[in-house]
Amino acid sequence: MGYHIVVCAGIVPDPLQSLEPVMGPGGPGLKNEAMLPAVLDPWGAHALYEAAHLARQHADSKVWLVSFAPKAKLQQVMMTIAQKVAFELVAIDGAAHGFTDASGVAATIAEAVAGIAGLDRSKLLLFGGWESASRAAGATLSMAGERLGITDQFFGVDGITVGADGSFEILERVEGGQHQVSNCGGPPAVFGWATGSLHEPANNPQLGMTNMRALIPALQRAKAASPAPAGTFAGVAVPSQRRETRIVKDQSPDAIAKEIVEWIRQ
Amino acid sequence: MPGVATPESLRTLPTDEIRQLLWRLSDRYAHQLLIQSARAVARGPVARLVAAGQRHSHDWTPEKAALLQEFDAAGLTSVYLDPEHGGFIDGPKNLALALVAFELAWVDAGAATCSLAGHLALAPIHERGTPEQRAFYLSRTLPAQPGEDRQTWRGAFCLTEPIPYVGVETGLLNGKLRVDSWDGAEPMLRVEKRGRFITNMGFATFVTAAVDSDDERIKGSCMVVLEETDPGVFDRGTPTRKLVHQLSSTNDPIFSLTVPASRIVGGYTVENGVIVPRFSHGEVIEAVFRRTRVTVGLMTAAKLLSAVEPVLRYQRTRFRGGESIAPGSPRYELGLQQREDAIHRLVDIWAAGEASASIGFATARLFDELDPIERRKQEIFAERGIAGARAQMRAMAKISDEAVAHLRDPQAKPADELVNYALLDSVANVLCPAVKLWNTGQGATMMREAVSLMGGYGITEDCPGFLGYKWMDSQLEATYEGPEAVQRRQLSITMTNDVFLAQFHFWTREMRAIAARRPGTGACTIASAMQLWSWTLAHLQRTADANGAKLYQGNRQGVTFPLADALCWLLAARCQILDVLELEARAAERPDLADVSAGYVAFLSDLCHVQAARAAGEAGRICTELVYGYRRHPSWDDACAAGCCQSEAADALEGLIPGFGASAVTYMDVIEADGAHPDKAGPCVRFPALQTFQRLRAKLDGCLTGARLAKDRAADALTKVMIPEAPDYPA
Repeated sequence: MGYHIVVCAGIVPDPLQSLEPVMGPGGPGLKNEAMLPAVLDPWGAHALYEAAHLARQHADSKVWLVSFAPKAKLQQVMMTIAQKVAFELVAIDGAAHGFTDASGVAATIAEAVAGIAGLDRSKLLLFGGWESASRAAGATLSMAGERLGITDQFFGVDGITVGADGSFEILERVEGGQHQVSNCGGPPAVFGWATGSLHEPANNPQLGMTNMRALIPALQRAKAASPAPAGTFAGVAVPSQRRETRIVKDQSPDAIAKEIVEWIRQ
Repeated sequence: MPGVATPESLRTLPTDEIRQLLWRLSDRYAHQLLIQSARAVARGPVARLVAAGQRHSHDWTPEKAALLQEFDAAGLTSVYLDPEHGGFIDGPKNLALALVAFELAWVDAGAATCSLAGHLALAPIHERGTPEQRAFYLSRTLPAQPGEDRQTWRGAFCLTEPIPYVGVETGLLNGKLRVDSWDGAEPMLRVEKRGRFITNMGFATFVTAAVDSDDERIKGSCMVVLEETDPGVFDRGTPTRKLVHQLSSTNDPIFSLTVPASRIVGGYTVENGVIVPRFSHGEVIEAVFRRTRVTVGLMTAAKLLSAVEPVLRYQRTRFRGGESIAPGSPRYELGLQQREDAIHRLVDIWAAGEASASIGFATARLFDELDPIERRKQEIFAERGIAGARAQMRAMAKISDEAVAHLRDPQAKPADELVNYALLDSVANVLCPAVKLWNTGQGATMMREAVSLMGGYGITEDCPGFLGYKWMDSQLEATYEGPEAVQRRQLSITMTNDVFLAQFHFWTREMRAIAARRPGTGACTIASAMQLWSWTLAHLQRTADANGAKLYQGNRQGVTFPLADALCWLLAARCQILDVLELEARAAERPDLADVSAGYVAFLSDLCHVQAARAAGEAGRICTELVYGYRRHPSWDDACAAGCCQSEAADALEGLIPGFGASAVTYMDVIEADGAHPDKAGPCVRFPALQTFQRLRAKLDGCLTGARLAKDRAADALTKVMIPEAPDYPA
């Protein structure tokens, strides 16, 4: 049986950048937001790689990537992501920072998913990040699923196994490094991915060129969406605790693990 | 200062969006994909290898060999291939290859060389090979696709030989070619060749080698393809003990092989029992090097631009950690950037990097434009029956006149294909050696500056951004594919081409027009310097030195080479200005850049102004030395005395002009009756024929107005620009 997998993934600033919240004329945002290099939200990216992996294993499957992001920045991000796996892009032109209201974004995404031509709801698997790197509320995917009428929802997913009868066995992350095992009869379902177990695919320009033929028109078709902000902000400020990043090279995995253990014990 | 608005400047280091506009890539999605792919390899596996100390070995280690799979997986191996052979970029690949080299060299130029050497091996086959040769070798270098079980072929390019002191000398060959047997239709050839400094030799499956005939049944020289399975000796040789570029495999191989004559690149004919290769090795190499030299120049440009962020980070954090340095204090926040010298020097490095990238990418784009036109020229000549180098040269001479005439309306695209070719080719012939010469030569000097700004790290392996390695690497790049003297020699010939000079004059007017529209770019300075250079060239071409010897002539490298150097400075600065104007124009069409484009344009314009001043200064210095330096300095001898005032004559004039005798010594060189002369450095020189030069030089000096203010603004911007919290590759 083939699946129609829709992955929801926005973009976030490159984690190597210094992020500083500022209050702009249009509301809260990040300092120099327009010029910060962006990456696909890491949680959403895991979901995308898992989706492509699942689609490769099941004939007649197809992957869509629904992305709510500023389309100019999204285009830059796609120069990398389009090279990693095969998918069709559905772009929604909107703000990518974490100050927008999750329910508004979810409604927009649900509307976009519902409007995908050729999408078979009976085969639909809605993939996305367990949470996002922009706000980590973990609410958007769930609400988008509800609006699409999908009530089988799983979060913190690290792996799914498709049974002979088409059912899924799902590993959901719980505390203490353990997993809760669930069973789901089949699509439609929502999977909010944790990190999974797949490595990041290498860039492949040949695949990128194939994706780009549909990707650029999709970006040009992107509709603008501006959901209401999550609330009013009296002010924004740099977090009181500064992040101290230490750059260490040539460190062995054992040494890194030892250091983490010592840090936890402090 | 109250009431004075802070001028807009850059907020973050230039992003991909900005670079795409500067370098005309915003609509070239394949190239953007390629950049991201090459970057992922460079800042991942390549950077880890360098950090792990793989540069400490000359040998081709398994760790280095693993890079080849990374190149394959990222599509870098197949960049050179046309879609019909499995590639993904249609049309010319000069810009694409340049971008790959740029991204890899951002981290390590040895890795860039390793990637590019395979393309260099294929280039003779691609440019001059027969359709069968192209199909056979190009398709085999494509990495195995999913489901395929085959080895990926990898190539090496073997020109250089162990002849003492000979580097890339296309005219000297020891490699020999003889007829081994000629029983049937296909002659078998014996190839004897010893290579030196051959990149990729540690793992090459095939080699394109230059050889000369050692047999009366073979005419001239050619290039042949050797395969590792050919009968005979295919000895990869010992690794070259290089100080630099150790992530590439460089050996001194020995070949003694028997190959079929069909391996002659471009094919051959048999005339009166003699094998006549279709192309000599020189013709093949000319077609190859005029393109690949540009990518080498861009490797050094990448080094300079990659140095900006590590130096900024070092300057800012220099004093952090000291007990007395409190967070929030100027010393904590700005570090070395409190002092003008540190940031001024960094501005110079950045400006040089921008200029070298601009001229490099402009040239790569030019070759992309030229490639199909050059093929069309060959077709037209074939249709008209114009064969042979001399016949083609005569035909092009006539077309050159038409091309010069066409420049009366330079904005119009020539209707005649050959005229268009003549115009583009004349510029390419200058820009290619200029990129190689200036980017690597001046780049090496500026890399020394960058390393010197890392004072606290010293020249150590811990120097962030691998700047120490990059400094050494840049010196090698100055000798790759022809050392500096080769480039200067080529420039001294091509820069006097009438078609080029006609375009150069047009560019001078173009710079003046830009200066009128955008006075802060330094375009006025460059226009004045271009005018001075043109005048100097014309003057030197018609003038003799004090001994009556002609000044501008092929063997007089003391004249021709410095003038070529001066031209390079100007061409690079011009390209830099044109790029910023392109950014300004295109960014205005982009709503997503509306808030920030003015800042980038302002900052990059200041860098242009800084670089223009430096370029004009160099050009002015060189021109002045050449114009005055070959005139005999006057002395108190008889020849000079004729031009001096005799004291008796001054005394005689005293009667007619009261006070003349006393004041003559102030304004003139007066010689006493006993031959005594004033106690001064020497007799004054006079320049009756050089008023125009003096006027142009004075104008040029005046054009430097505002350049230091631009540097101040740029330096101030460096203290405020936002940089990532951590480097994006280990260092």
